[in-house]
Parts: sequence; C-alpha cells; structure tokens
Amino acid sequence: MIAESGHYALVLALGLALIQSIVPLIGARLRDAALMNVARSTALAQLLFVGASFVALVMLHVNSDFSVANVYENSHSMKPLLYKITGVWGNHEGSMLLWVSILALFGGLVAAFGNNLPLSLRAHVLAVQAWVASAFYLFILVTSNPFLRIASPPIEGRDLNPVLQDIGLAVHPPMLYLGYVGFSISFSFAIAALMEGRIDAAWARWVRPWTLVAWIFLTLGIAMGSYWAYYELGWGGWWFWDPVENASLMPWLSGTALLHSALVMEKRNALKVWTILLSILTFSLSLLGTFLVRSGVITSVHAFATDPTRGVFILLILCLFIGGSLALFAGRATSLKQGGLFAPISREGALVLNNLLLTVACAVVLFGTLYPLAMEMLADFKMSVGAPFYNLTFAPLFTLLLLAVPFGPMLAWKRGDLLGVTQRLLAAGVAGLVAVAIVWGWARGGSALAPLAIGLGIFVIAGAVTDIVERTGLVRLPFATALHRARGLPRSAWGSALAHAGLGVALIGIVCETTWNSEHIATMKQNDVAQIAGFDVKLDGLLQRQGPNYREMIAEFNVSRDGETLSVMTPSKRSFTTRGSSTTEAALLTRGASQLYISLGDATAEGAIAVRIYHKPLVLLIWWGPVLMAFGGVLSLSDRRLRVGAPKPARAKQRLQPAE
Amino acid sequence: MTRKQRRMTIIGGSIAVLALAAALVLNALRDSIVFFSTPTMVAEKHVEPGKRFRLGGLVQPGSLQRGDNLAVTFEVADGGAKLPVAYKGILPDLFREGQGVVAEGALDANGVFKADTVLAKHDETYMPKDVADALKKQGHWKDDYDPKASGGSKPQATTAQGNPQGAVR
Repeated sequence: MIAESGHYALVLALGLALIQSIVPLIGARLRDAALMNVARSTALAQLLFVGASFVALVMLHVNSDFSVANVYENSHSMKPLLYKITGVWGNHEGSMLLWVSILALFGGLVAAFGNNLPLSLRAHVLAVQAWVASAFYLFILVTSNPFLRIASPPIEGRDLNPVLQDIGLAVHPPMLYLGYVGFSISFSFAIAALMEGRIDAAWARWVRPWTLVAWIFLTLGIAMGSYWAYYELGWGGWWFWDPVENASLMPWLSGTALLHSALVMEKRNALKVWTILLSILTFSLSLLGTFLVRSGVITSVHAFATDPTRGVFILLILCLFIGGSLALFAGRATSLKQGGLFAPISREGALVLNNLLLTVACAVVLFGTLYPLAMEMLADFKMSVGAPFYNLTFAPLFTLLLLAVPFGPMLAWKRGDLLGVTQRLLAAGVAGLVAVAIVWGWARGGSALAPLAIGLGIFVIAGAVTDIVERTGLVRLPFATALHRARGLPRSAWGSALAHAGLGVALIGIVCETTWNSEHIATMKQNDVAQIAGFDVKLDGLLQRQGPNYREMIAEFNVSRDGETLSVMTPSKRSFTTRGSSTTEAALLTRGASQLYISLGDATAEGAIAVRIYHKPLVLLIWWGPVLMAFGGVLSLSDRRLRVGAPKPARAKQRLQPAE
Repeated sequence: MTRKQRRMTIIGGSIAVLALAAALVLNALRDSIVFFSTPTMVAEKHVEPGKRFRLGGLVQPGSLQRGDNLAVTFEVADGGAKLPVAYKGILPDLFREGQGVVAEGALDANGVFKADTVLAKHDETYMPKDVADALKKQGHWKDDYDPKASGGSKPQATTAQGNPQGAVR
C-alpha cells in the first residue's frame, strides 16, 4: 500500500504543478488576486504531496520491502538503518525524487515567506517554478518510477553499491541538490522579470538571499563530495576533473559570478541584463549537470545507474528550458532599461572583471567537459580531457582572478583610486612576497611555481585582513574605537572578507598537497616498518572481522615519530558478499592540517599485504577554505535576514544608495 | 571619460580575457589530450612509443602475473588483438581477469604498454563505457559480459534499473 500511496501522491503533485503552471499566469493577465494566490496554496500543497511521496519511499527502504523493484535493486535486509535511509537517494529513481522534493521545498519556501513580494511577481515566479517541477514529475513518472512492483518478490535485495555505504552519501547529495536546485529560484525570478518586463534594484534584493543560500549549499556540497572521494576511493585524490565533478563546478562558478553581479545591480542598479542572463545560465548549467549525471552520456566514475533512454527525456527538458529561456531573454532583454554608469576603475568595474574571469573559467570547464563528447559524436574517436588540460587553462585564469580579488572590495563605488588601493595593499603584497621567499628557501623539490602560488594565497588572505583593518581603522584609530567600528561593520563585510580569505586558504592547501605529497607503496609483512615524512609506520598484524553485511580484513599499524608512539591506524578492506565486490576503507591520522593516509591493496598468499601510505601536508586546508567561504556566506546572509523579501517602499528608496 | 570610452574599455577588456582563454585552450588542446584505443586499434595504427593514450579492453584470463614489489603484468585483449601491460602499484578493487579495464600510459620500445594509472570502476556490473562500445563495434560483445542478462533468478521488473548495456540483449 505504501508504494501505491507514494506513487499516487506523486501523480497528485504533478496535477497540482500543472495547475500552478497555468492558473497564476491567467490571474496575472486578468489582474485577479484570487487566481494569482492559487500559486501560493498549490506550491504548499505540492510540497506536502512530494514530501509524502518521498517519505513513502524512505519507509519502503527502511522496511526492506523487496516487492518494490527500487528497494530490491538497492537495499539489503542486513544493511544498517542509516544506509537504508541514505540508500533512498543512492540510485537514479530515488535521487530524482530527492531532486523534485527539494525543488518543491524551495517553491514552498517562496510561497510561505514571499508575502511581501508583489503579488504578480510571486505568481510569475511560482508558475515558472511549477513548469520546471511538472517537467521533472513527468520524467520520474514516465521513465524512472521508484514505486514499481515486482510480480514475484524476491526474499533478499541486491544491496547498495558498497562505495555508497558511507556517511558521505547522507550529506553530499542532499547538499549538492540544495545548491543545484536552489538556483531554480533565481532562474524563476529572472524569467518572471522578463515576462513582466520589469526589473529594479528591489528585484536583486529578493534574488540575492536565495542565490546566496543555494551557493552556500553548493559550496559545502562540492567540498564534502571532494573529501568523500578523498577518503573513500583509497587513492588519496580529491579532485579528478571528472565530467560529473565539472557538472557541479560549473554552476558554482557562474553562481559565484551571479552573487557578485547581483550586488552591483542591488547597490548601483547597473548590470541588469547581465544579471538576468547569469541567473538563466546558472540554472541551465545545473540542468546540464543533472543531464550529464543522469543520462550516462559520459564515461564517468560517478555514473552508477544510468540509462541512455532516459537521457533523451532529460535532453528534451534541457532544450526546452534552456532554449526557451534564452529565446525569451533575446526577445525581452532590450526592453529592460539600462541603468547606472560607472568608471572602469571602480568597485563595479572590479566586479565586472570578476564576472568576466569567472564566466570565462566556467566556459573553459564547459568546453573541456563537452569537447570529448562532441568529438566522439562528430569524428568518432574517443579521448579524455583531464587534469593537464585544466592546469593549462583553468589555473591561469583563476590566478588572474585571485590576483584581482584583494583589490575589488577596497575600490570605491562609481570611481575608484587604483593607486591608493595599491598603496593600502602594500603590506599584503609584502606578506605574500615574504611567504614566497620563505617557502623558496625552505622547500625542497617540487615545482618552481609552488612558492609563487603560496605567496598568492597569502596575498589573498592578507588582502582580506587588510580590508577589515581598513574598515575598522585598527591601525589609524585607538583600539577601542576600532573595536566599536568592528562591531558596527555590516556582517556582509565580514562575510565577503572571510569568503575571499577562504579562497587563499584553499589555494595553499591545494598547492601543498599536490607539490609536497609523499607516497610510499610496498608489500608489508608483520613487523615491517615503513618510513615516510619522518613517521615510522609499523604493521602490527592483520585481523578479520564480520560486519553487518560484509566481512573485513583490518590491518593494524603503529605510527610513531622519533620512537614515540602517536597512534594506531586501522585501514581495512571490506568485501560485500551480496554484490561480490570490495571497498577499501582508508585510515587517516590528522596532525594539524596535515594527514597521514593508509589504504590497503591485495593480500598475498604468504600473509603479506600491499600497502599505500601517503603523507599529505596541509591537505585539510583544501576543505577548510570552502567551509570558510560558506561561513562567510552564512554571515552575509544573516546580515540580510531582515531584508529577505521586499522592505517597505519608503525604506527601499533609502537602500538604493550605496550602503557604505 | 565619456560613456562611449567607458563602454569601449569594458568591451576591450572582455575581448582581451576571451582571447586569452581561447589561446590557453588551443595551446592546451595540442598536447594535453589523451586518446582512447583498444589493442586492435593499436595493432592497426602504428602508435609511437612514448605517446600517451588510454588503453581499454578485457583483462585476458590467466595473463595476470605478480612480480616483486607490487609489479604486475597482464594482457588486455579485445577479441582481435592482445597487448601486454606492465604496471607497478596497487590494482583497483574491481580489477579481475575477464573484466573490462581502462589503463593510461604509453608504449615502451619493446611494445609493452607501461601503465601509470589503472582506472577503478565502482560497480561489478559496470563495464567501462569506452570498452563496451569498442567491443560492440568489433562484434565481440557477448551477453554474458552483462551479469544481469546471465543471472538465473532475474525478477521481471529490472527495467526499472538503469542498465547501459540493456540495448544489446
């Protein structure tokens, strides 16, 4: 019964979405408030029904009801409860259901908290939101129904892919989807603005918090996914330039650009058309990401359960929405009034440069992702575009961006003083150069570019600090005054400084990990000692253990430094009987921001085992950086908490002034 | 500055960044792209030693030999030809004889493929797509590469499960 109820709830949600797609627009045309308000109730009801449908699927998985094909394919009665729940979205059908659930959640949030939006804008936004939702409900119901029954139910399930049986699956996909799908809101706002032919600074003020929320989740989702790959796949890599990773990076790049351009639009009423275009592009890239992951067109380590026939359906959705929205943009964009004029050297100018570099970097990633596909289809030969390509293209563009980052926030609006800013950034520049010199003298081996890159990272961090110091007057004014000013500083200023510093932190982590990573691969017997980066790693012994749905072989390593025992590390190799496959569980020892990493290979007949040991200096900075960025985003969001939605018109006028 | 000059500055800047990106991409395309080959393609086309490419095929049953210090050799076959592969390191969890594999590296002077990466695939039902396509094209595709097709107790609703090789059945 649960499966049928879930299926029925999903059909009802589709019905509601179809009503929500049409009725509010008729209401807006007729200026009928009652009809426009239909959008609000249908959006909330839709959330309720999709939620019910999702809960039904979770219950089926928890109860291990193997008469449902989706549960049979992806679950096992012996699986721990956590993985029974996370297994819901560890497969194609379930993850699409999660996708639409989150879409409905965002629609519901706009409906619930959008009371201060103009009625017709809200009607339009929710209608566009419902178009997207309808398309994806249809997709699920027609091609990927998670509630299909099996005629003769088997007794036991086929179990979830062992690699996915990890806490990472509980966090990474929901976070990523909150990010991807969150950009649907700015998309809907953009389409609504184009349909209404009206756009102003207030529009940007509504869009920015939603974009920021999506951006925060996407940032954390990408970082989380990267860390998951790092510890789960057992080869210590954290980013592979895999098409599926690129699919999440592209919306992040254009979403970051959108955040910055919306700022210009909000403060200076300029870059309107561009902001609209970016909103459309960002969500289009999210849709493209969904297509790449879900259609299986690309050979990828992430393509777990894919089916090319579904690809055609998503491709249609993709063409419809991207093509349709860009056509609407082309038709209507010229009718939007251009605003605000500014000098090239100004805060606006810096933000334009930011947008330019981010979108071009995004285009490069898009090219690298789609080029092999295009060549395969047109010229019929296969190739892969990997890290070397991106090192030669993406890295230089991002270097330029990072060089410019400290200047941006310190330039004044309208007309900036580049020379003055350079003088104020002198200390940060010197800090960067000192870092280059120190690293140069101290480091052995590695690329000559590494010290320069670390210097750049330090410059970005010091630049963010300088920005805060300048704003609070820490050096010029008495300490008490500075403290007072620091308290009065808008939280968004702290937010942007933290986010920018996070970039520098991540860069330093990336450079240290890739340059001074040491690796030791050997076959070890009991009491063998491996030496790596000053650590002595001794194999104490091997033991077997039975887990809930797997057997595992654990190796115990005693890690010591200068004769002093630091820790015992226990990497293991698990073999899952149902799927007949195995996973490697790496063991990590964290020392400050550095990590020692041990993963196991095959055991030989003589009781020896292949072992891979890495020492990764400052590797954790790679993820602390994004966490810092996300925290900056949260601070900035809390600053605008009172401004989510439209303020009263009289106040809105005041806020149009540059806010400093 | 006049409005026109300001606009020209921004347009000029944009063009400069775009030109830079285009130059970077074209430069990178020259030597950082890796092509995919099967043993048959390697045998037909003369591939220079030292030229990096990706080799895909099935691990020839009985060919896997483990040497000292984690050195392994095995043969990759695609039905038409075989190519010896040497690798040093830990093979991925799902590496099996008779299963699909993708390795990246280059030929040495003796015609042995020196792999520096052997790609891990996550799912035992998953054949690397490159390999599956190449095998199908050469007519060496067999149904029993698809574990689901050969499984005896197959429930009727497997269409609900994504299956890249479903079309071959």
